[in-house]
Amino acid sequence: MYDTAKTESAVEQMELKIEARNVQVYYGDTHAIKDVNVDIEDKTVTAFIGPSGCGKSTFLRCLNRMNDTIDICRVEGDILLDGEDIYDPKVDPVQLRAKVGMVFQKPNPFPKSIYDNIAYGPRIHGLARTKAELDEIVEKSLRRGAIWDEVKDRLDAPGTGLSGGQQQRLCIARAIATEPEVLLMDEPCSALDPIATAQVEELIDELRQNYSVVIVTHSMQQAARVSQKTAFFHLGNLVEYGETGQIFTNPEDPRTESYITGRIG
Amino acid sequence: MTDISQQGSGPAAPSRKHGDTLMQLTARTKRRNAAERRFQAYGIAAIGVGLLMLAILVVNIFGNGMGAFTQTFVSLDVELLESKLDKKGNRDIEDIKKVSTFGYAPLIKGAFEAKVAELGLETDLKSKAMADLLSKSAPAQLRDYVLADPDTIGKTVSFRFLANSRVDGYMKGRVSRESIENDKNISAAQLDFADQLIEAGVIEKTFNPAFIFGADASDQRPEAAGMGVSMLGSLFMMFVVLALALPIGVAASIYLEEFAAKNWLTDIIEVNISNLAAVPSIVFGILGLAVFINYMHLPMSAPLVGGLVLTLMTLPTIIISTRASLKSVPPSIRDAALGVGASKMQAVFHHVLPLAAPGILTGTIIGLAQALGETAPLLLIGMVGFIASNAPDSVASGLMDPNSAMPAQIYEWAKRADPAFYERAWGGIIILLVFLVTMNTLAVILRRRFERRW
Repeated sequence: MYDTAKTESAVEQMELKIEARNVQVYYGDTHAIKDVNVDIEDKTVTAFIGPSGCGKSTFLRCLNRMNDTIDICRVEGDILLDGEDIYDPKVDPVQLRAKVGMVFQKPNPFPKSIYDNIAYGPRIHGLARTKAELDEIVEKSLRRGAIWDEVKDRLDAPGTGLSGGQQQRLCIARAIATEPEVLLMDEPCSALDPIATAQVEELIDELRQNYSVVIVTHSMQQAARVSQKTAFFHLGNLVEYGETGQIFTNPEDPRTESYITGRIG
Repeated sequence: MTDISQQGSGPAAPSRKHGDTLMQLTARTKRRNAAERRFQAYGIAAIGVGLLMLAILVVNIFGNGMGAFTQTFVSLDVELLESKLDKKGNRDIEDIKKVSTFGYAPLIKGAFEAKVAELGLETDLKSKAMADLLSKSAPAQLRDYVLADPDTIGKTVSFRFLANSRVDGYMKGRVSRESIENDKNISAAQLDFADQLIEAGVIEKTFNPAFIFGADASDQRPEAAGMGVSMLGSLFMMFVVLALALPIGVAASIYLEEFAAKNWLTDIIEVNISNLAAVPSIVFGILGLAVFINYMHLPMSAPLVGGLVLTLMTLPTIIISTRASLKSVPPSIRDAALGVGASKMQAVFHHVLPLAAPGILTGTIIGLAQALGETAPLLLIGMVGFIASNAPDSVASGLMDPNSAMPAQIYEWAKRADPAFYERAWGGIIILLVFLVTMNTLAVILRRRFERRW
């Protein structure tokens, strides 16, 4: 069932993209993330798995500082992107988020046209000087998002009129339109049916050619299918982190084994 | 989880007795159904009472007020005698101005005498008593006409004069021969003469645009009073309210809802805004009197002051509705915008605000409608100016000039003794209601039109 052949063949040492060192996250008095150290590699799909409330989404949102919008949230420790501390006071989260794109659990296209959905990011970041350049970015992004053929004839139609799976691929295309280096995905398939899920998973595997992808998922099969590295979170701790094949076939920690065999979680 | 086969042999439901059938209602079900029907009946009765009250209100308002939109006029041909108006005969405007309205009264008497002769009417009335059938504004109407065009002196011109409010009341059925027994303003003989003129078509009741567009008139001349100038006052105030309350309210709401940290300070502000919405409007009036007039020395009775006071009153309404519509925009839209690297302000202005706009618009219009109908604070800041001449040549032409407002004008009329003003107060209410219904309809249409789904 687990596609181990593919993941094993992909295991080769990549450059480090993100290094997290002793990261602590507090929500008010709650200690949500406890001392997490993790190295995320470039051109690799890294999956975060774990039971609900274990902090995997919280940690993911630390990677592009989306937690800044929550008043009571406090982050300690260092998170380095290409060796630069993203929580340094000199770093503007807006610039960071252009480099670290995000796809959310529920497809959330803007209530605008498909074209405007994609063009919004490049517009506010000034990535295109002419209409032709913008058109090119939109087409390229939609192609990479594997949705171009379905929407090329109706770019003026509202993005909210697409089906759930199409909306999510539109959101992925929107995220890659700003040319990010890292793509964060927070349970991108949880609102999708199996066919749409398969399409998105296929897309994630293609995106690995160009990006470092971090995906939070509740589905262990999905983690096994799409990722090369897997991190298992439990109660705010990073319990185990390693090659996906290793985690699923021969976990070191008994908690990991309990979780993947369905005894906890 | 448990193994069903172990206990699966028992009866399906222990409460169900042997012999029960679905074809027959149990006593318990009957009671429950009866209670449900009773409750629906209560609801229908409540709605019925509400609708009945509304119907009574509407019938009452229109029954009492529609009369104000028609007015009785007397058509007469007046000979503008040179011997009375311009004795020197040189058409010098300064000399003509020296003739007061008293000098025009004989012309009207003469016109009545001519009319009687022309129609061959038999009457014992003196020409003075005939002239009293007209409004006291009739000589002034003549004088204004002559001063505007002195070359008409010496000619005979047709005029439509407003009838006296008693004659008007007689036409509308408000005044009868019994009701005037103790009335010194009109006699039965005058009514007999009026009947003859009605017969001859000289006295007619027609639609009266002056009620909608004209200025107020003195206690003695209810037939000449109109809503126009107070409408202008209300318009100026709404302009001030819109110009101040919308930007301030929307800016405050956006800051509070999207940017401000949630702490005790913002909590206090939030509670106070809600409280402010419940403060009686007269409190805002006395505040306006103390601050804007006594302290800042802005002019009394000015639409600017009225607008400022109503702005204070409308702000909480706008802030509350704007915050509610900002809150109703799903957070996923904000996440999406922030996720592609939009700044907080870009996320709000590019995505959240357009989605919240219909709600903001609706709240603003409803706030404005509320302000339009507000009377109490206006009484305290003197927005009950008596303005008897029409814009633009009147004083009521700007934000700083004394003026009245529609509800204040209605209040003023309702206060006056002459029953003819009572009819005008109802008529004023109709005009005010037309404005309010129009604004509320506009709010509904805008909401429907711009509502977007996500």
